[in-house]
Amino acid sequence: MEAIIQQFFNLAIMERALPLILSGLKQTILICVLVIPLGLAGGLACAILSLSRLRIARWAAVAGIDFFRAIPPLVLLIFIYAGLPFAGLRPSPMTAVAIAFFLNTSSYYGEIYRAGIESVGQGQWDAARSTGLRGYQTLAYIVLPQAVRNVLPDLVSNTVEVVKLTSIASVVALPELLYSADMARSVTFNSSPIVLAAAIYLVMLWPIVRLISRLERRVAA
Amino acid sequence: MTTGTPPILEIRGLRKKFHDVEILRGIDLLVLPQELVFVIGPSGAGKSTLLRCCNRLEEPSAGSVQVGGVDITARSTDINAMRRQIGMVFQSFNLYPHMTALRNVTLALVKVLRKPRAEAERLGMAALDRVGLANKARSYPGELSGGQQQRVAIARALALEPKVMLFDEPTSALDPELVGSVLNVMRELKRGGMTMLVVSHEMRFARDAADRVIFMDHGLIVEEGPPQRIFSTPSEARTRAFIAELGR
Ligand SMILES: Nc1ncnc2c1ncn2[C@@H]1O[C@H](COP(=O)(O)OP(=O)(O)OP(=O)(O)O)[C@@H](O)[C@H]1O
Ligand SMILES: [Mg+2]
Repeated sequence: MEAIIQQFFNLAIMERALPLILSGLKQTILICVLVIPLGLAGGLACAILSLSRLRIARWAAVAGIDFFRAIPPLVLLIFIYAGLPFAGLRPSPMTAVAIAFFLNTSSYYGEIYRAGIESVGQGQWDAARSTGLRGYQTLAYIVLPQAVRNVLPDLVSNTVEVVKLTSIASVVALPELLYSADMARSVTFNSSPIVLAAAIYLVMLWPIVRLISRLERRVAA
Repeated sequence: MTTGTPPILEIRGLRKKFHDVEILRGIDLLVLPQELVFVIGPSGAGKSTLLRCCNRLEEPSAGSVQVGGVDITARSTDINAMRRQIGMVFQSFNLYPHMTALRNVTLALVKVLRKPRAEAERLGMAALDRVGLANKARSYPGELSGGQQQRVAIARALALEPKVMLFDEPTSALDPELVGSVLNVMRELKRGGMTMLVVSHEMRFARDAADRVIFMDHGLIVEEGPPQRIFSTPSEARTRAFIAELGR
Protein backbone atom coordinates (compact mmCIF):
# COMPACT_ATOMS: atom_id res chain seq x y z
CA MET A 1 0.00 0.00 0.00
CA GLU A 2 2.74 2.36 1.08
CA ALA A 3 4.64 1.48 -2.10
CA ILE A 4 1.65 2.25 -4.29
CA ILE A 5 1.18 5.65 -2.70
CA GLN A 6 4.90 6.32 -3.08
CA GLN A 7 4.84 5.35 -6.75
CA PHE A 8 1.58 6.96 -7.89
CA PHE A 9 0.44 9.57 -5.38
CA ASN A 10 3.72 11.04 -4.19
CA LEU A 11 2.82 14.62 -3.31
CA ALA A 12 6.42 15.77 -2.98
CA ILE A 13 7.20 14.60 -6.51
CA MET A 14 3.99 16.08 -7.85
CA GLU A 15 4.93 19.39 -6.34
CA ARG A 16 8.38 19.27 -7.94
CA ALA A 17 6.87 18.34 -11.31
CA LEU A 18 4.17 20.98 -11.10
CA PRO A 19 5.94 23.84 -12.92
CA LEU A 20 6.85 21.55 -15.82
CA ILE A 21 3.33 20.11 -15.96
CA LEU A 22 1.77 23.57 -15.86
CA SER A 23 3.89 24.67 -18.80
CA GLY A 24 2.68 21.49 -20.55
CA LEU A 25 -0.89 22.43 -19.71
CA LYS A 26 -0.27 25.83 -21.28
CA GLN A 27 0.87 24.15 -24.50
CA THR A 28 -2.16 21.85 -24.48
CA ILE A 29 -4.47 24.83 -24.07
CA LEU A 30 -2.61 26.64 -26.84
CA ILE A 31 -3.10 23.67 -29.18
CA CYS A 32 -6.80 23.55 -28.30
CA VAL A 33 -7.28 27.26 -28.86
CA LEU A 34 -5.64 26.84 -32.25
CA VAL A 35 -7.15 23.60 -33.52
CA ILE A 36 -10.73 23.73 -32.20
CA PRO A 37 -11.70 26.93 -34.04
CA LEU A 38 -9.80 25.71 -37.11
CA GLY A 39 -11.68 22.42 -37.03
CA LEU A 40 -15.05 24.09 -36.45
CA ALA A 41 -14.47 26.42 -39.39
CA GLY A 42 -13.07 23.70 -41.64
CA GLY A 43 -15.93 21.40 -40.73
CA LEU A 44 -18.50 24.04 -41.58
CA ALA A 45 -16.79 24.60 -44.92
CA CYS A 46 -16.87 20.83 -45.63
CA ALA A 47 -20.54 20.61 -44.71
CA ILE A 48 -21.49 23.56 -46.90
CA LEU A 49 -19.45 22.15 -49.76
CA SER A 50 -21.24 18.83 -49.41
CA LEU A 51 -24.55 20.68 -49.99
CA SER A 52 -23.29 22.35 -53.13
CA ARG A 53 -25.18 22.12 -56.37
CA LEU A 54 -21.93 21.24 -58.13
CA ARG A 55 -21.48 17.50 -58.17
CA ILE A 56 -17.68 17.74 -58.15
CA ALA A 57 -17.71 19.93 -55.02
CA ARG A 58 -20.10 17.57 -53.26
CA TRP A 59 -17.96 14.63 -54.22
CA ALA A 60 -14.75 16.31 -53.03
CA ALA A 61 -16.32 17.15 -49.68
CA VAL A 62 -17.64 13.65 -49.10
CA ALA A 63 -14.38 12.02 -50.20
CA GLY A 64 -12.35 14.35 -47.99
CA ILE A 65 -14.56 13.77 -44.98
CA ASP A 66 -14.42 9.98 -45.43
CA PHE A 67 -10.68 9.89 -46.08
CA PHE A 68 -9.61 11.89 -43.06
CA ARG A 69 -12.05 10.12 -40.79
CA ALA A 70 -10.59 6.78 -41.83
CA ILE A 71 -6.90 7.73 -41.35
CA PRO A 72 -5.69 7.32 -37.78
CA PRO A 73 -4.75 10.80 -36.56
CA LEU A 74 -1.43 9.57 -35.20
CA VAL A 75 -0.47 8.26 -38.63
CA LEU A 76 -1.50 11.55 -40.18
CA LEU A 77 0.56 13.55 -37.68
CA ILE A 78 3.69 11.45 -38.12
CA PHE A 79 3.30 11.57 -41.87
CA ILE A 80 3.09 15.36 -41.84
CA TYR A 81 5.91 15.84 -39.35
CA ALA A 82 8.32 13.18 -40.57
CA GLY A 83 7.14 12.65 -44.13
CA LEU A 84 6.82 16.19 -45.44
CA PRO A 85 10.54 16.96 -44.96
CA PHE A 86 11.18 14.53 -47.81
CA ALA A 87 9.20 16.95 -49.96
CA GLY A 88 11.42 19.77 -48.77
CA LEU A 89 8.95 21.12 -46.19
CA ARG A 90 9.98 21.26 -42.57
CA PRO A 91 6.97 22.05 -40.43
CA SER A 92 7.59 22.91 -36.78
CA PRO A 93 5.91 20.54 -34.30
CA MET A 94 3.14 23.08 -33.72
CA THR A 95 2.56 23.56 -37.45
CA ALA A 96 2.47 19.81 -38.02
CA VAL A 97 0.00 19.41 -35.16
CA ALA A 98 -2.16 22.23 -36.50
CA ILE A 99 -2.28 20.74 -40.01
CA ALA A 100 -2.96 17.19 -38.84
CA PHE A 101 -5.68 18.31 -36.44
CA PHE A 102 -7.21 20.61 -39.00
CA LEU A 103 -7.60 17.73 -41.44
CA ASN A 104 -8.76 15.24 -38.85
CA THR A 105 -11.14 17.39 -36.81
CA SER A 106 -12.60 19.23 -39.81
CA SER A 107 -13.78 15.93 -41.18
CA TYR A 108 -15.43 14.94 -37.91
CA TYR A 109 -16.99 18.34 -37.30
CA GLY A 110 -17.99 18.41 -40.97
CA GLU A 111 -19.90 15.17 -40.66
CA ILE A 112 -21.66 16.45 -37.54
CA TYR A 113 -22.67 19.73 -39.18
CA ARG A 114 -23.88 17.81 -42.22
CA ALA A 115 -26.13 15.63 -40.07
CA GLY A 116 -27.36 18.77 -38.34
CA ILE A 117 -28.18 20.52 -41.59
CA GLU A 118 -29.99 17.43 -42.82
CA SER A 119 -32.03 17.33 -39.62
CA VAL A 120 -33.62 20.65 -40.62
CA GLY A 121 -36.55 19.93 -42.91
CA GLN A 122 -36.90 20.98 -46.52
CA GLY A 123 -39.92 23.04 -45.44
CA GLN A 124 -37.63 25.54 -43.71
CA TRP A 125 -35.68 26.04 -46.92
CA ASP A 126 -38.90 26.35 -48.92
CA ALA A 127 -40.38 28.91 -46.57
CA ALA A 128 -37.28 31.06 -46.44
CA ARG A 129 -36.59 30.90 -50.18
CA SER A 130 -40.25 31.72 -50.91
CA THR A 131 -39.79 35.07 -49.15
CA GLY A 132 -36.84 35.92 -51.39
CA LEU A 133 -34.01 35.02 -49.03
CA ARG A 134 -30.98 33.75 -50.89
CA GLY A 135 -29.45 30.34 -50.29
CA TYR A 136 -26.62 31.58 -48.09
CA GLN A 137 -29.00 33.79 -46.09
CA THR A 138 -31.31 30.83 -45.53
CA LEU A 139 -28.34 28.79 -44.36
CA ALA A 140 -27.07 31.51 -42.04
CA TYR A 141 -30.32 32.70 -40.45
CA ILE A 142 -32.63 29.71 -40.66
CA VAL A 143 -30.89 26.40 -41.16
CA LEU A 144 -27.57 26.64 -39.29
CA PRO A 145 -28.98 27.95 -36.02
CA GLN A 146 -31.39 25.02 -35.90
CA ALA A 147 -28.77 22.56 -37.16
CA VAL A 148 -26.24 23.55 -34.51
CA ARG A 149 -28.86 23.36 -31.81
CA ASN A 150 -29.81 19.86 -32.92
CA VAL A 151 -26.25 18.54 -32.92
CA LEU A 152 -24.79 20.60 -30.08
CA PRO A 153 -24.17 17.52 -27.90
CA ASP A 154 -22.22 15.91 -30.75
CA LEU A 155 -20.22 19.06 -31.39
CA VAL A 156 -19.28 19.31 -27.73
CA SER A 157 -18.51 15.57 -27.50
CA ASN A 158 -16.24 15.85 -30.48
CA THR A 159 -14.53 18.81 -28.87
CA VAL A 160 -13.81 16.68 -25.79
CA GLU A 161 -12.29 14.07 -28.11
CA VAL A 162 -10.14 16.75 -29.71
CA VAL A 163 -8.84 17.90 -26.32
CA LYS A 164 -7.96 14.32 -25.40
CA LEU A 165 -6.36 13.76 -28.77
CA THR A 166 -3.97 16.69 -28.28
CA SER A 167 -1.84 14.29 -26.23
CA ILE A 168 -0.63 12.71 -29.49
CA ALA A 169 1.35 15.92 -30.07
CA SER A 170 3.84 14.35 -27.65
CA VAL A 171 5.11 12.08 -30.43
CA VAL A 172 6.46 15.06 -32.34
CA ALA A 173 8.12 16.34 -29.16
CA LEU A 174 5.67 19.17 -28.63
CA PRO A 175 5.88 19.67 -24.87
CA GLU A 176 2.18 19.52 -24.10
CA LEU A 177 0.63 18.12 -20.94
CA LEU A 178 1.30 14.44 -21.46
CA TYR A 179 4.78 15.02 -22.86
CA SER A 180 5.75 17.17 -19.89
CA ALA A 181 4.33 14.69 -17.41
CA ASP A 182 6.18 11.85 -19.07
CA MET A 183 9.39 13.84 -18.97
CA ALA A 184 8.90 14.41 -15.24
CA ARG A 185 8.25 10.69 -14.83
CA SER A 186 11.45 9.75 -16.58
CA VAL A 187 13.64 12.04 -14.46
CA THR A 188 11.98 11.15 -11.14
CA PHE A 189 11.50 7.44 -11.87
CA ASN A 190 8.04 7.89 -10.41
CA SER A 191 4.55 7.75 -11.98
CA SER A 192 2.99 10.44 -9.87
CA PRO A 193 3.43 13.16 -12.54
CA ILE A 194 1.33 11.06 -14.93
CA VAL A 195 -1.38 10.73 -12.30
CA LEU A 196 -1.28 14.49 -11.85
CA ALA A 197 -1.64 15.02 -15.61
CA ALA A 198 -4.56 12.59 -15.68
CA ALA A 199 -6.18 14.52 -12.85
CA ILE A 200 -5.78 17.74 -14.79
CA TYR A 201 -7.43 16.23 -17.88
CA LEU A 202 -10.24 14.99 -15.68
CA VAL A 203 -10.81 18.35 -14.03
CA MET A 204 -10.84 20.05 -17.42
CA LEU A 205 -13.15 17.63 -19.16
CA TRP A 206 -15.48 16.33 -16.50
CA PRO A 207 -17.65 19.49 -16.39
CA ILE A 208 -17.91 19.39 -20.17
CA VAL A 209 -18.97 15.75 -20.10
CA ARG A 210 -21.66 16.68 -17.58
CA LEU A 211 -22.75 19.49 -19.87
CA ILE A 212 -23.12 17.02 -22.73
CA SER A 213 -25.57 14.85 -20.81
CA ARG A 214 -27.61 17.92 -20.01
CA LEU A 215 -27.60 19.07 -23.62
CA GLU A 216 -28.60 15.60 -24.76
CA ARG A 217 -31.56 15.66 -22.43
CA ARG A 218 -32.55 19.10 -23.70
CA VAL A 219 -32.35 18.10 -27.36
CA ALA A 220 -34.32 14.94 -26.67
CA ALA A 221 -37.03 16.98 -24.96
CA MET B 1 -63.98 36.20 -67.04
CA THR B 2 -63.40 39.64 -68.41
CA THR B 3 -60.76 39.94 -71.03
CA GLY B 4 -58.72 43.07 -71.17
CA THR B 5 -57.42 43.24 -67.60
CA PRO B 6 -53.91 41.82 -67.69
CA PRO B 7 -53.61 38.74 -65.49
CA ILE B 8 -51.46 38.78 -62.35
CA LEU B 9 -50.43 35.19 -62.90
CA GLU B 10 -50.16 33.71 -66.35
CA ILE B 11 -49.13 30.10 -66.75
CA ARG B 12 -48.53 28.85 -70.28
CA GLY B 13 -47.79 25.29 -71.37
CA LEU B 14 -46.25 24.45 -68.01
CA ARG B 15 -44.62 21.04 -67.81
CA LYS B 16 -42.63 19.48 -65.00
CA LYS B 17 -40.78 16.21 -65.05
CA PHE B 18 -39.26 14.39 -62.10
CA HIS B 19 -36.84 11.72 -63.28
CA ASP B 20 -38.50 11.37 -66.67
CA VAL B 21 -41.97 11.11 -65.20
CA GLU B 22 -44.11 13.99 -66.34
CA ILE B 23 -46.03 15.30 -63.33
CA LEU B 24 -47.38 18.46 -65.01
CA ARG B 25 -48.32 17.84 -68.61
CA GLY B 26 -49.11 21.23 -70.05
CA ILE B 27 -50.95 23.58 -67.72
CA ASP B 28 -52.48 26.83 -68.97
CA LEU B 29 -53.95 29.06 -66.34
CA LEU B 30 -54.65 32.77 -65.93
CA VAL B 31 -55.38 34.36 -62.59
CA LEU B 32 -56.80 37.87 -62.83
CA PRO B 33 -56.32 40.66 -60.29
CA GLN B 34 -58.31 40.08 -57.09
CA GLU B 35 -59.41 36.65 -58.23
CA LEU B 36 -59.49 33.69 -55.86
CA VAL B 37 -58.87 30.53 -57.85
CA PHE B 38 -59.36 27.21 -56.15
CA VAL B 39 -57.50 24.08 -57.23
CA ILE B 40 -58.84 20.67 -56.31
CA GLY B 41 -57.89 17.18 -57.39
CA PRO B 42 -56.82 13.77 -56.13
CA SER B 43 -53.56 13.13 -54.33
CA GLY B 44 -50.66 13.05 -56.76
CA ALA B 45 -52.47 15.17 -59.35
CA GLY B 46 -49.65 17.70 -59.28
CA LYS B 47 -51.33 20.51 -57.34
CA SER B 48 -48.40 21.22 -55.05
CA THR B 49 -45.99 20.94 -57.94
CA LEU B 50 -48.04 23.50 -59.88
CA LEU B 51 -47.84 25.96 -56.98
CA ARG B 52 -44.13 25.32 -56.45
CA CYS B 53 -43.44 26.02 -60.11
CA CYS B 54 -45.12 29.41 -59.71
CA ASN B 55 -42.23 30.71 -57.56
CA ARG B 56 -39.64 28.31 -58.90
CA LEU B 57 -39.23 26.27 -55.74
CA GLU B 58 -39.43 23.68 -58.50
CA GLU B 59 -37.80 24.49 -61.81
CA PRO B 60 -40.37 24.11 -64.63
CA SER B 61 -39.24 21.72 -67.37
CA ALA B 62 -41.06 23.66 -70.09
CA GLY B 63 -43.51 26.50 -70.49
CA SER B 64 -43.60 29.88 -68.83
CA VAL B 65 -44.91 31.50 -65.70
CA GLN B 66 -45.48 35.24 -65.69
CA VAL B 67 -46.18 37.24 -62.55
CA GLY B 68 -47.29 40.81 -63.09
CA GLY B 69 -46.12 40.53 -66.67
CA VAL B 70 -42.60 39.36 -65.74
CA ASP B 71 -41.51 35.93 -66.92
CA ILE B 72 -40.06 34.37 -63.78
CA THR B 73 -38.58 31.49 -65.74
CA ALA B 74 -36.45 33.83 -67.87
CA ARG B 75 -32.73 33.73 -67.25
CA SER B 76 -32.50 37.49 -66.84
CA THR B 77 -35.14 37.59 -64.09
CA ASP B 78 -33.91 38.02 -60.53
CA ILE B 79 -35.96 35.25 -58.97
CA ASN B 80 -35.29 36.39 -55.40
CA ALA B 81 -36.70 39.82 -56.20
CA MET B 82 -39.76 38.17 -57.79
CA ARG B 83 -40.38 35.75 -54.94
CA ARG B 84 -41.24 38.49 -52.49
CA GLN B 85 -44.11 39.38 -54.83
CA ILE B 86 -45.36 35.81 -54.69
CA GLY B 87 -46.43 34.90 -51.17
CA MET B 88 -46.55 31.23 -50.28
CA VAL B 89 -48.34 29.47 -47.45
CA PHE B 90 -47.60 25.82 -46.72
CA GLN B 91 -49.61 22.98 -45.31
CA SER B 92 -47.11 22.52 -42.49
CA PHE B 93 -46.74 26.28 -41.74
CA ASN B 94 -42.92 26.09 -41.82
CA LEU B 95 -42.44 28.88 -39.33
CA TYR B 96 -38.88 29.36 -38.12
CA PRO B 97 -39.04 27.70 -34.69
CA HIS B 98 -36.07 29.59 -33.26
CA MET B 99 -37.58 33.02 -33.90
CA THR B 100 -40.51 34.88 -32.38
CA ALA B 101 -43.63 35.41 -34.46
CA LEU B 102 -42.54 38.98 -35.12
CA ARG B 103 -39.03 37.94 -36.20
CA ASN B 104 -40.57 35.35 -38.51
CA VAL B 105 -42.44 38.18 -40.20
CA THR B 106 -39.67 40.78 -40.22
CA LEU B 107 -36.74 38.62 -41.34
CA ALA B 108 -37.33 39.02 -45.07
CA LEU B 109 -38.30 42.68 -44.62
CA VAL B 110 -34.86 43.30 -43.16
CA LYS B 111 -32.77 40.88 -45.22
CA VAL B 112 -34.53 41.02 -48.59
CA LEU B 113 -36.18 44.44 -48.67
CA ARG B 114 -33.41 46.04 -46.58
CA LYS B 115 -35.87 47.87 -44.36
CA PRO B 116 -34.44 49.48 -41.24
CA ARG B 117 -35.29 47.42 -38.18
CA ALA B 118 -37.76 49.90 -36.71
CA GLU B 119 -39.73 50.15 -39.93
CA ALA B 120 -39.63 46.37 -40.39
CA GLU B 121 -41.09 45.94 -36.91
CA ARG B 122 -43.82 48.42 -37.63
CA LEU B 123 -44.73 46.64 -40.86
CA GLY B 124 -44.43 43.27 -39.13
CA MET B 125 -46.80 44.34 -36.36
CA ALA B 126 -49.24 45.64 -38.96
CA ALA B 127 -49.16 42.28 -40.76
CA LEU B 128 -49.66 40.38 -37.50
CA ASP B 129 -52.53 42.71 -36.70
CA ARG B 130 -54.20 41.86 -40.01
CA VAL B 131 -54.24 38.18 -39.04
CA GLY B 132 -55.41 39.06 -35.52
CA LEU B 133 -52.21 38.09 -33.74
CA ALA B 134 -50.55 41.36 -32.76
CA ASN B 135 -50.73 40.16 -29.16
CA LYS B 136 -48.61 37.08 -30.01
CA ALA B 137 -45.71 39.00 -31.56
CA ARG B 138 -43.26 37.88 -28.87
CA SER B 139 -44.37 34.24 -28.82
CA TYR B 140 -42.36 31.46 -30.38
CA PRO B 141 -44.08 29.13 -32.86
CA GLY B 142 -43.94 26.29 -30.34
CA GLU B 143 -46.14 28.34 -28.02
CA LEU B 144 -48.85 28.90 -30.62
CA SER B 145 -51.73 26.69 -31.77
CA GLY B 146 -51.68 25.33 -35.31
CA GLY B 147 -54.23 27.91 -36.42
CA GLN B 148 -52.18 30.72 -34.92
CA GLN B 149 -49.00 29.40 -36.52
CA GLN B 150 -50.65 29.33 -39.92
CA ARG B 151 -51.87 32.88 -39.46
CA VAL B 152 -48.33 33.99 -38.59
CA ALA B 153 -47.17 32.23 -41.75
CA ILE B 154 -49.76 34.19 -43.71
CA ALA B 155 -48.56 37.41 -42.07
CA ARG B 156 -44.98 36.53 -43.02
CA ALA B 157 -45.97 36.36 -46.68
CA LEU B 158 -48.34 39.30 -46.44
CA ALA B 159 -45.77 41.68 -44.95
CA LEU B 160 -43.84 41.62 -48.22
CA GLU B 161 -46.91 43.00 -50.03
CA PRO B 162 -47.11 40.23 -52.61
CA LYS B 163 -49.03 40.60 -55.84
CA VAL B 164 -50.37 37.09 -55.55
CA MET B 165 -50.51 34.51 -52.79
CA LEU B 166 -50.24 30.76 -53.20
CA PHE B 167 -51.82 28.53 -50.56
CA ASP B 168 -51.00 24.83 -50.50
CA GLU B 169 -53.63 23.08 -48.37
CA PRO B 170 -53.37 25.74 -45.65
CA THR B 171 -55.89 24.07 -43.36
CA SER B 172 -55.28 20.34 -43.85
CA ALA B 173 -52.86 20.07 -40.93
CA LEU B 174 -55.23 21.80 -38.54
CA ASP B 175 -57.65 20.47 -35.97
CA PRO B 176 -61.19 21.07 -37.27
CA GLU B 177 -61.97 23.73 -34.67
CA LEU B 178 -58.96 25.82 -35.81
CA VAL B 179 -59.73 25.74 -39.54
CA GLY B 180 -62.25 28.57 -39.34
CA SER B 181 -59.77 31.12 -38.00
CA VAL B 182 -57.45 30.59 -40.98
CA LEU B 183 -60.30 30.66 -43.51
CA ASN B 184 -61.56 33.89 -41.98
CA VAL B 185 -58.17 35.47 -42.53
CA MET B 186 -58.24 34.31 -46.14
CA ARG B 187 -61.74 35.79 -46.54
CA GLU B 188 -60.40 39.07 -45.21
CA LEU B 189 -57.58 38.97 -47.73
CA LYS B 190 -60.06 38.36 -50.50
CA ARG B 191 -62.11 41.31 -49.33
CA GLY B 192 -58.96 43.41 -49.33
CA GLY B 193 -58.43 42.58 -52.98
CA MET B 194 -55.64 40.01 -52.73
CA THR B 195 -55.13 37.70 -55.70
CA MET B 196 -54.98 34.09 -54.56
CA LEU B 197 -54.36 30.64 -55.94
CA VAL B 198 -55.49 28.10 -53.37
CA VAL B 199 -55.10 24.35 -53.26
CA SER B 200 -57.65 23.14 -50.75
CA HIS B 201 -60.55 20.81 -50.28
CA GLU B 202 -62.61 23.11 -48.06
CA MET B 203 -65.66 22.97 -50.33
CA ARG B 204 -67.82 25.22 -48.25
CA PHE B 205 -65.18 27.90 -48.28
CA ALA B 206 -64.78 27.44 -52.04
CA ARG B 207 -68.49 27.86 -52.59
CA ASP B 208 -68.69 31.22 -50.88
CA ALA B 209 -65.23 32.66 -51.57
CA ALA B 210 -63.83 31.22 -54.80
CA ASP B 211 -64.34 32.88 -58.15
CA ARG B 212 -63.34 29.77 -60.03
CA VAL B 213 -62.59 26.16 -59.26
CA ILE B 214 -60.07 24.12 -61.20
CA PHE B 215 -60.13 20.36 -61.15
CA MET B 216 -56.74 18.77 -61.82
CA ASP B 217 -55.89 15.15 -62.41
CA HIS B 218 -52.73 13.46 -63.65
CA GLY B 219 -50.93 16.70 -64.38
CA LEU B 220 -53.68 18.29 -66.44
CA ILE B 221 -56.56 20.68 -65.85
CA VAL B 222 -59.59 18.52 -66.46
CA GLU B 223 -62.24 21.16 -66.04
CA GLU B 224 -62.82 24.56 -64.56
CA GLY B 225 -65.71 26.83 -63.79
CA PRO B 226 -67.57 28.70 -61.06
CA PRO B 227 -67.78 26.75 -57.80
CA GLN B 228 -71.55 26.20 -57.98
CA ARG B 229 -71.25 24.51 -61.34
CA ILE B 230 -68.14 22.44 -60.59
CA PHE B 231 -69.52 21.19 -57.29
CA SER B 232 -73.14 20.66 -58.39
CA THR B 233 -73.06 19.78 -62.07
CA PRO B 234 -69.54 18.94 -63.20
CA SER B 235 -69.37 17.96 -66.84
CA GLU B 236 -66.50 15.47 -66.61
CA ALA B 237 -66.99 12.02 -65.14
CA ARG B 238 -63.66 12.22 -63.30
CA THR B 239 -64.67 15.47 -61.62
CA ARG B 240 -68.02 14.01 -60.65
CA ALA B 241 -66.35 10.98 -59.11
CA PHE B 242 -63.90 13.12 -57.18
CA ILE B 243 -66.58 15.49 -55.87
CA ALA B 244 -68.72 12.56 -54.83
CA GLU B 245 -65.73 11.14 -52.96
CA LEU B 246 -65.12 14.48 -51.22
CA GLY B 247 -68.73 14.86 -50.22
CA ARG B 248 -68.76 11.57 -48.37
N1 LIG C 1 -39.29 16.47 -55.66
C1 LIG C 1 -39.92 15.44 -56.26
N2 LIG C 1 -39.21 14.41 -56.78
C2 LIG C 1 -39.83 13.38 -57.37
N3 LIG C 1 -41.16 13.26 -57.49
C3 LIG C 1 -41.92 14.24 -56.97
C4 LIG C 1 -41.34 15.37 -56.33
N4 LIG C 1 -42.35 16.19 -55.92
C5 LIG C 1 -43.50 15.58 -56.29
N5 LIG C 1 -43.25 14.41 -56.93
C6 LIG C 1 -44.27 13.51 -57.47
O1 LIG C 1 -45.15 14.25 -58.26
C7 LIG C 1 -46.48 13.80 -58.11
C8 LIG C 1 -47.38 14.95 -57.82
O2 LIG C 1 -47.03 15.46 -56.56
P1 LIG C 1 -47.75 16.71 -55.92
O3 LIG C 1 -47.19 16.87 -54.55
O4 LIG C 1 -47.67 17.86 -56.83
O5 LIG C 1 -49.25 16.20 -55.87
P2 LIG C 1 -50.49 16.86 -55.12
O6 LIG C 1 -51.55 17.00 -56.14
O7 LIG C 1 -50.08 18.07 -54.39
O8 LIG C 1 -50.91 15.72 -54.11
P3 LIG C 1 -51.42 15.82 -52.60
O9 LIG C 1 -52.90 16.07 -52.65
O10 LIG C 1 -51.13 14.46 -52.04
O11 LIG C 1 -50.67 16.90 -51.93
C9 LIG C 1 -46.46 12.73 -57.05
O12 LIG C 1 -46.55 11.47 -57.67
C10 LIG C 1 -45.12 12.91 -56.38
O13 LIG C 1 -44.63 11.67 -55.97
MG1 LIG D 1 -49.85 18.59 -52.36
